[in-house]
Amino acid sequence: MKLMTPILAATTALTAPAIANAAEITLDTQLQNYGGERAYLAYYLTDADGTYVRHLWIASGKSRWWQHLRNWYAATDGAASEIAGLSGASVGSGRSLKVTVEVEDALINAGYQIHVDTAVEHMADVADDVVVPLDQASAGQTVSGRGFIASFTFDM
Amino acid sequence: MFRALHRWAGLAAALLLIIVSLTGVILSFFPLLSADRTGARLDAGALVAAVQENVQGAQQIRVDDNGVVTVSAFGDTGFQQLRIDPASGDVLGPVQSGGLELWFENLHRNLFLSDTGQMAVLIASVAMVALMLSGFALAARRLGGWRKLFARDRGEGAGGLHLKIARIAGLGLIVSAFTGVWMGLATLGLIPDPSPMAPFPSEISTQTTSPADELAGLTAIPGDTLRSVNLPSQGMSGQAYEVETDAGAGFVDPVTGEMLSWADRSGWSRAMDVIHLLHTGQGASLLGLLLGLMALSVPVLSGSGLLIWLGGRSRQGKRLPNTPAEAADVILLVGSEGGTTWRFAHAFARSLSDVGKTTHLAEMNDFTPAQYKRAQSIVLFAATYGDGDAPESAREFLEALADMETPPAAPLSVLGFGDSTFPAFCAYADTVTRAAEAKGWALLLDTHHVDRQAPRDFAKWGTEFAAASGFALGDVSTALTRRPTRSLTLVSKKLYGETAQAPTAVLRFALPKQTLLGRLMKRDFTAFEAGDLLNVIPEGDDSPRSYSLASGSKDGFVEICVRKAPGGLASGQLCALNPGDTIAAYTTPNAQFHAPEGDAPLVLIGAGAGIGALAGMIRGNTRKRETHLFFGMRSRAGGIPFEIEFEDWADNGQLSDLVLALSRSETPRYVQHALQDEVAKLRDLIRRGAHVMICGGRDMGDGVRAVFEDILAPLGLSVRHLEEEGRYAVDVF
Repeated sequence: MKLMTPILAATTALTAPAIANAAEITLDTQLQNYGGERAYLAYYLTDADGTYVRHLWIASGKSRWWQHLRNWYAATDGAASEIAGLSGASVGSGRSLKVTVEVEDALINAGYQIHVDTAVEHMADVADDVVVPLDQASAGQTVSGRGFIASFTFDM
Repeated sequence: MFRALHRWAGLAAALLLIIVSLTGVILSFFPLLSADRTGARLDAGALVAAVQENVQGAQQIRVDDNGVVTVSAFGDTGFQQLRIDPASGDVLGPVQSGGLELWFENLHRNLFLSDTGQMAVLIASVAMVALMLSGFALAARRLGGWRKLFARDRGEGAGGLHLKIARIAGLGLIVSAFTGVWMGLATLGLIPDPSPMAPFPSEISTQTTSPADELAGLTAIPGDTLRSVNLPSQGMSGQAYEVETDAGAGFVDPVTGEMLSWADRSGWSRAMDVIHLLHTGQGASLLGLLLGLMALSVPVLSGSGLLIWLGGRSRQGKRLPNTPAEAADVILLVGSEGGTTWRFAHAFARSLSDVGKTTHLAEMNDFTPAQYKRAQSIVLFAATYGDGDAPESAREFLEALADMETPPAAPLSVLGFGDSTFPAFCAYADTVTRAAEAKGWALLLDTHHVDRQAPRDFAKWGTEFAAASGFALGDVSTALTRRPTRSLTLVSKKLYGETAQAPTAVLRFALPKQTLLGRLMKRDFTAFEAGDLLNVIPEGDDSPRSYSLASGSKDGFVEICVRKAPGGLASGQLCALNPGDTIAAYTTPNAQFHAPEGDAPLVLIGAGAGIGALAGMIRGNTRKRETHLFFGMRSRAGGIPFEIEFEDWADNGQLSDLVLALSRSETPRYVQHALQDEVAKLRDLIRRGAHVMICGGRDMGDGVRAVFEDILAPLGLSVRHLEEEGRYAVDVF
């Protein structure tokens, strides 16, 4: 895995959770009415090659099931240092989730992508349910997921 | 220690364990109903190709532990889950919602209380493992060692049922509980359960993809080892197939079919596979059902365990204030396993209190001779456990005795408690006596034995103790806490015998009325058999007298055969009863003298009033098994008990033949002689597996035993052999 640039990493470490020179991004997700257990969702950033850069949010229950958020788990191993409090409850079938996270300005309009992995117990694991570029052109545009996500929008 | 652990773990966890076990029983049926037993399964490549053809937007194929194949698809119509035929890849239909199974599974795992409930279930399961291990340790001690763990046990009532069921179901319960604990700990993250995770491949081919059934990495995976495949999105290049199999997980290139990366399944994950299989039966549905059915025993074990505990508590009776060891006149130490001997200890302490003596009552384990300064007498009440072992509360006694430097000044008395139908009758009390004598400790009187809690034996010892100690004790057995009795009304009385002064009476009482609850609770007089004991409390004496029952509860009446003993209090009162009169009585089981099950012939040998129990067995012989009766009486004058019934039973096949031996006739002979005349016939019966049952006076019992040794010796057998096979039962008085 390609690591973040040292400058970025240092900035994050010194200023978390409030990041200097950061933009607030609202992630708005509507789930399909798939009629099963509550869904787990992991939001994260990769570079243009798909290499993991940074965790954004996890909506889940027990960490025991995190490995079903396949690509996110493969990159983070579920490490607490990655998540650092950026987490919340899992989301029921047909429900929506709206969370606001902070992202360094340097990552915006720079070829980075927002990824969402989803998983539902007894149903399926969907890596890359949604993949959208983190840029001005994509912001506010609603996209469909390929799995449990009916629609996804981010605003900044 | 085992007993305390067993008791408190059981009481604390019982309710939870009942819920968990009953839901477990129900869940154990589901794998049997849902298992897919398709033999010829497509390999992973062919299966994926078929699914991609048949299911639009297929995202993930899963094979569950029951072999059922499902596919999750996100097509134009949204999310759907379909069942797939493992042999053809055809769609069988939508996945049936397992709502009922999930509901039971949640109740089973966490009582719908999420993490709190799960923790409670986990703790109860740990208690279950502890219960089983301590239970087996207790059973091994009771039965005389681990190698005799599955030997026959004559236990009656709740205790017998508890031991019987636990020994059958216990191993299954240990497996279910242990695997349950493992899975619970894994859910809580305390035991690792990592799915194999292959490293994400660095290079995935982006050319035109090949059909899945031409990808070597997939076609090499047999269908019965496949667990899941995540499919690339249709029409997207640069995505690999992610597969998981029994062996591990990896990524397969969609163009070349090469296994791009691979991770073996870890040891923890393999261990969990085995644990999961054993616990859920998913993948081995019959084993699961078997273990599930064993869980049915949990409510029965909880209930019978509770009854044992309550029974043990109530038997201990009302207690006197205990005097400290340094100040007591009498030191009374008890070695008991289940608590029955304490009943006698409390009775003895009450008797001593009545004559102004203070008692220090303690376990034999608390033996501290240096403190017994004021004691005038030291008394041990010692039960025997298993093959002559120390009972629970005397386990450390012999060691403490060996460490004692000088014996106390006060003399020692030992009273043994046991069951004379066991070979090591009161053996531990005798061991203790010898050890004390070897230490130079003076004995106040010889060691006596109390057989099967007989108040008579206790009273006899009490009298001798009073004489030796100079304490003016009365009948110590009157201080025993009384068993609850029922009032029985005499229905009919028949007198036999040559003299009116010493008749033999057959007394029939009405069966006391029972409520439905009483029947369900198996209260007294609801389930007795011929051969059990009727304990009659005579007027003017608290000590019960025991008579063999000549009827079972199924006969609808209570019948005994009584010989009037010269000057006998109880037998005199009984023989003087008239129809309508009542007595106070209770029954006690005597399982070792029940008519054995099966079709083997019966040889019944009785003398005098001992005929009662045997007549009851013949009356119950409605299946008409071969039954030979040898009956000894003084003479025919005055009639023979059950004579009319014997004729009826002989006519309809319930009794094969009757040999009568009269000791006061022209050709006087005892029943032993009648047996000697029939040696050939008896040998033939023994060869055919006959059971021998003897009821009557002790001398007759000894005489018959000697005759049988002669009969058996040429067959290479002995009475001991037959006893060990449960084919020679004696009830003498």
